[in-house]
Amino acid sequence: MTEQLARILPLVQKPARYTGGEFNEIKKDVSQVRTRVAFCFPDTYEIGMSNMGMRILYGVMNQMDGVWCERVFAPWADMEALMRERNIPLWTLESQDSVADFDMIAFSIGYEMCYTNILNMLYLAGVPLHSDQRQGLKNMVFAGGVCAFNPEPLADFIDFFVLGEGEEVTPEILSLYQTAQEQNWSKDVFLRQVSKIPGVYVPSFYRHEYHADGTLARIVPLNGAPERVTKRIVEDLDTAYVPTEMLVPSTEIVHDRANLEVFRGCIRGCRFCQAGFSCRPVRRKSPKVLQEQAEKILENSGNQEITISSLSTSDYRSLPELMETLIPYCKENRVNLSVPSLRADNFSRELMEKLQTLRKSGLTFAPEAGTQRLRDVINKNLTEAEILNTCAIAFSGGWNHVKLYFMLGLPTETDADVLGIADLVYKVIQTWKEAASNKKRGLRVHVATAFFVPKPHTPFQWEKQISPEEYLRRCRLLKDHFYSRSIEYNYHAPDLSRLEAVFARGDRRVGGVIEEAWKHGARLDGWDEFFSYQTWLDAFAAQGVDADYYTVRGYDESEVLPWDAIDVGVDKEFLLRERQRAYAGEITPDCRQGCAGCGANRLLKEAVCDG
Amino acid sequence: MARLLFEKKGNAIWISHLDLMRLFQRSFKRAGLPLKHSQGFNPRPSVSIALPLSVGVESQCELLDFTLEGEYDPKVVLRRLNEALVSGVVVRDVYENGGKLRDLALLACRVTLEYDAGVPQGASEEIQSLFSRDCLVVEKKGKSGLVEQDIRPMIHSAEVLQAGEKCVRIEAVIRCQNPTLNPALLAAAIGKYLPQYRPDFTKICREEIYDDTMTIFR
Repeated sequence: MTEQLARILPLVQKPARYTGGEFNEIKKDVSQVRTRVAFCFPDTYEIGMSNMGMRILYGVMNQMDGVWCERVFAPWADMEALMRERNIPLWTLESQDSVADFDMIAFSIGYEMCYTNILNMLYLAGVPLHSDQRQGLKNMVFAGGVCAFNPEPLADFIDFFVLGEGEEVTPEILSLYQTAQEQNWSKDVFLRQVSKIPGVYVPSFYRHEYHADGTLARIVPLNGAPERVTKRIVEDLDTAYVPTEMLVPSTEIVHDRANLEVFRGCIRGCRFCQAGFSCRPVRRKSPKVLQEQAEKILENSGNQEITISSLSTSDYRSLPELMETLIPYCKENRVNLSVPSLRADNFSRELMEKLQTLRKSGLTFAPEAGTQRLRDVINKNLTEAEILNTCAIAFSGGWNHVKLYFMLGLPTETDADVLGIADLVYKVIQTWKEAASNKKRGLRVHVATAFFVPKPHTPFQWEKQISPEEYLRRCRLLKDHFYSRSIEYNYHAPDLSRLEAVFARGDRRVGGVIEEAWKHGARLDGWDEFFSYQTWLDAFAAQGVDADYYTVRGYDESEVLPWDAIDVGVDKEFLLRERQRAYAGEITPDCRQGCAGCGANRLLKEAVCDG
Repeated sequence: MARLLFEKKGNAIWISHLDLMRLFQRSFKRAGLPLKHSQGFNPRPSVSIALPLSVGVESQCELLDFTLEGEYDPKVVLRRLNEALVSGVVVRDVYENGGKLRDLALLACRVTLEYDAGVPQGASEEIQSLFSRDCLVVEKKGKSGLVEQDIRPMIHSAEVLQAGEKCVRIEAVIRCQNPTLNPALLAAAIGKYLPQYRPDFTKICREEIYDDTMTIFR
């Protein structure tokens, strides 16, 4: 294997991503290991190594006695071609052993358009794609990550899914698997047992029945599986595992820095946002623990940059306390500190100035919609006055670059809302003219619009997606109303977003489409250079699946939804209420101003929701 | 400014030059050895590597220059850095003062030619006499596409010997500065002039560096 690898590495781009050997990589003596886990990330090394969840679970699994968890990433096209040509099966980075030799094969799935990468990796490993083609305990394929909140498109391929945060449930699963190995269980016995672990969803234990019109009639649990599977969470983040001895890549990755997660969940409730609902309840970490962990991570890894991470860092109650200790530490140790996800409404001038002494970062807003009316509909609690005030402060402080992100195709959106974007951008330019301290360099405003994708477990989970043609019409309408040369406008092509919509809310019938597209060469679909929309259109046609059924049709409130067996803690009744409020243009104040009763606090047994 | 001698082998040979700089910057930090930072808008820890090494090439004689904030015993630097580095990158020595880099002139390198079906008859002799020719013109990737270059003047010496049934080894001393010869071009010359002896695979290792008088350079 290694000699074979040495022969092909000179022929590929960035060979270091295939060899492992990084600082803090975990190696174990195979003779002392009973359970070998190939932990696969269905995208490239650079993307996968930037994923916090993967780093955490790598450490969690390797803390277990008798378990060795190794990493696998999707090969880039040049490497894949050589592997196919020379019959080299997919290997893990740590031991460079073939993935097919592993007991368990885990996937972390965060994006719908990497589904073909999962199939491709299984294929390159020489492991049968379909769950029912894999016999016995070996090569047990399981998956987690946000895409597991609607696992149905992958139901044919994955043996079981793990819902929610993996720190506690993963060791429970691996312990059960070790028992299964000792007692030589059949795959069926193991799946029956593992389905009893809270948070585990075994898709083959749920029969989907359809009405004559093609809509889902009912989901029937089999083999004693629970009617609904509730996601897992960690109650106390202060004691939860954090990889303070982080893997330090030897080659540059996308997020090449240390990462400090300050809290989980979100108090905001933007109605389009899946993370905002599915990551609840809100749990924070103490600034003292964070400071200790930050120092440990930085000292151990030698990183020169650290970033604060959360869904909305301004909402971290202890941010001032943490900054009081972290900023001086970073200054003294020449570490760049970045604090993204700060909200415009409480983006304090003070913190901005403090951070500026370390390094000047960009100014980015995501108003998502152009008018207050539509921002109320989507519950994006950000007013025009807040945006303009923050811009004025920033411009007077020397900033001359703003990025503004919007979505098009939001529920109830009209042309007036689309033109509201142009209006807002114009006001930002006016503000610069009035407030800028230095106009010599000019102003650059980057505007980007994305195509709205309705997501499961949000108040918009029933919504229609507008057609790609209508989306493009709105993009052009907007473009025609941008007059200033300061504006650079980019809009996402609708093709990918349309497919995202299909797979985000797809049922089991779209699994065949994924396999068909993969058979015809689809993989690395998240990468422009490989994405072929035609391949997908052909796959839908070949499988007799109508993509529009999952996009422009919309789901009826009375329909059984494909993900109804999955419980993320937020009640469906709450989501319905939020949907009705959206249509009435009523905002729902954030959790700090009063609990809106989403239900996620019930996931906590001891702690209370910090919302 | 201090200098260290390190080797790069095993899987570490696949780390690119730029990535290796970053790797050293982090390793110094992990080792608790604070690097002096460059001046300017975006201060960077100052490390520089004398002769950038191609990806996939092994070396026993890489030089890296660095400046620390404060005084450290070279032995301490050596020990702490080796504890903080990745496998395959090993510091062999640390010097307070090194020679002037412009005096670095020659490189001893080993080029291993691998023949999967066994070394063809007469290969080492033919290759040996190839390097005795007066002129060896090979194509080299230049800034504006391929350019032809006579590499013979840059070959100080080359000794070719068979090493086992499947390998031929070239032990060469070549110029590594003003002008520079990439050892991979030795194998390229074989491919061009003796296509029947074109190897299935080539491995290259930098073994030692010298000044113009063949005195070891540090």
